[in-house]
Amino acid sequence: MDRDEAKKAIVETLEKKAKTKSKFYLKDFYKMVPDEKPRAVKNIVNEMVGEGTLEYWSSGSTTMIGLAGTGKQAAAEDED
Amino acid sequence: MAKHETPLLDQLESGPWPSFVSDLKQEAESRAKNEKGIEYQIPQDVCEDILGVLELSYKHGRTHWKHGGIVGVFGYGGGVIGRYCDQPKMFPGVAHFHTMRVNQPAGKFYTTDYLKKICDLWEFRGSGVTNMHGSTGDIILLGTTTPQLEEIFHELTHNMDQDLGGSGSNLRTPADCIGAARCEYACYDTQALCYDLTQEYQDELHRPAFPYKFKFKFDGCPNCCVASIARSDMSFIGTWRDNIRIDQETVKAYIGGEIAPNAGAHSGRDWGAFDIQKEVNDLCPTGCMYMDGDKLVIDDKECTRCMHCINVMPQALRIGEDRGLSILVGAKAPILDGAQMGSLLVPFIKVEEPYDEIKEVIEAIWDWWMEEGKNRERLGELIKRQGFQKLLEATNIKAIPQHVQEPRHNPYIFWKEDEVEGGWDRDINKFRKDHLR
Repeated sequence: MDRDEAKKAIVETLEKKAKTKSKFYLKDFYKMVPDEKPRAVKNIVNEMVGEGTLEYWSSGSTTMIGLAGTGKQAAAEDED
Repeated sequence: MAKHETPLLDQLESGPWPSFVSDLKQEAESRAKNEKGIEYQIPQDVCEDILGVLELSYKHGRTHWKHGGIVGVFGYGGGVIGRYCDQPKMFPGVAHFHTMRVNQPAGKFYTTDYLKKICDLWEFRGSGVTNMHGSTGDIILLGTTTPQLEEIFHELTHNMDQDLGGSGSNLRTPADCIGAARCEYACYDTQALCYDLTQEYQDELHRPAFPYKFKFKFDGCPNCCVASIARSDMSFIGTWRDNIRIDQETVKAYIGGEIAPNAGAHSGRDWGAFDIQKEVNDLCPTGCMYMDGDKLVIDDKECTRCMHCINVMPQALRIGEDRGLSILVGAKAPILDGAQMGSLLVPFIKVEEPYDEIKEVIEAIWDWWMEEGKNRERLGELIKRQGFQKLLEATNIKAIPQHVQEPRHNPYIFWKEDEVEGGWDRDINKFRKDHLR
């Protein structure tokens, strides 16, 4: 699976689950790109955040990642 | 008159100790007067509202803060922690009250000029309220709004040579003691190693990489002033392999009362004449010290580097000359299973630039933890769940006696079939010849 395919697989999986879940642990992404090592998946995910496809959500102690703009938190926080 | 009545908080000022309530009131008053004519970028009465919301929390016995959010600066996945008040209409000044973590200078060395600059920046673009320092070691800037984040980040990075620290599932801001810069006990240059690893692992520090938080801390000697052994997933503690250097003449000077023990640290009270037997030799945890006439003898092979004798007689006893560090792993605070101290992984490693040997251990641990760690599982919990032996396999380190805390206490290192001559198979009949059932 090349980089673009991996990114596509991630977006597809997240869109499929969007109705029930909007934020994921980094480890959840490992399963979406099974051929790659955790460190490589981390780099892909962080690159996607940089591109604006994904966004981080942090509680301060843990970080979760989801599709940009999805989830209750974005609206509830009243922040643009 | 204060914006909110705070009778419960006022009580906190009545004790003998300095009070954060007094500090907040002072800052609230200073912002209200604004003698410097600052163009405050967040509400001027923010400190009044902090006091108000805190008073309400005391009254209700529960918090009125919500934490967490998508706020951050571009390209970074840590360093900013979203915080909101759940009573924004009552306390509009703290409706958005985000925390920023700033990577503190190594060893927390500051110039007054730097401190003034950071305070001025925070008065201008934040609440003026700081926490020097947070538990991880960062400078904590408490309370600002989202539009200020990029502005503050730009100012910090472009004009103050500062960076944000770590938060979330990132490598947290590495912290170290003052080390060789000021301390004669330093067995390695803590600041050099702390700086090098901070630079090397910038990606891990600023973007989430792990199942949960990961902390490095560096102590120059076993006195462990940074308490790395208790507070970090990976603790680097200075040590030495050879002998404690003894200056017998100075030992005699301590015994004769010419030099104050503990560098005069306990001089506030008369403890009587210094008694080397009682105060040093009898307190040695391994009993490896004794007097041979007027000569102090140390059986160094039994020494556990507890530092007590060196601390009591720093002019007479000095750390050895073959120095390096020990690596301990898995310490954490209590969330799951209670607090845990670090376990010794590498008893001694030389500290030499570019620190490749140390980085090899770090990266092997990370690979294992990223692969095997559950969500929100600290390294220490993974070690406990899978066993120390798995960690040894992951880091390719051979089991040695130092890995066992004490006999029969933590026998987590087992022989494997390929390590035993003949494996597990045996001829039972041959065995029974010598060993009856």
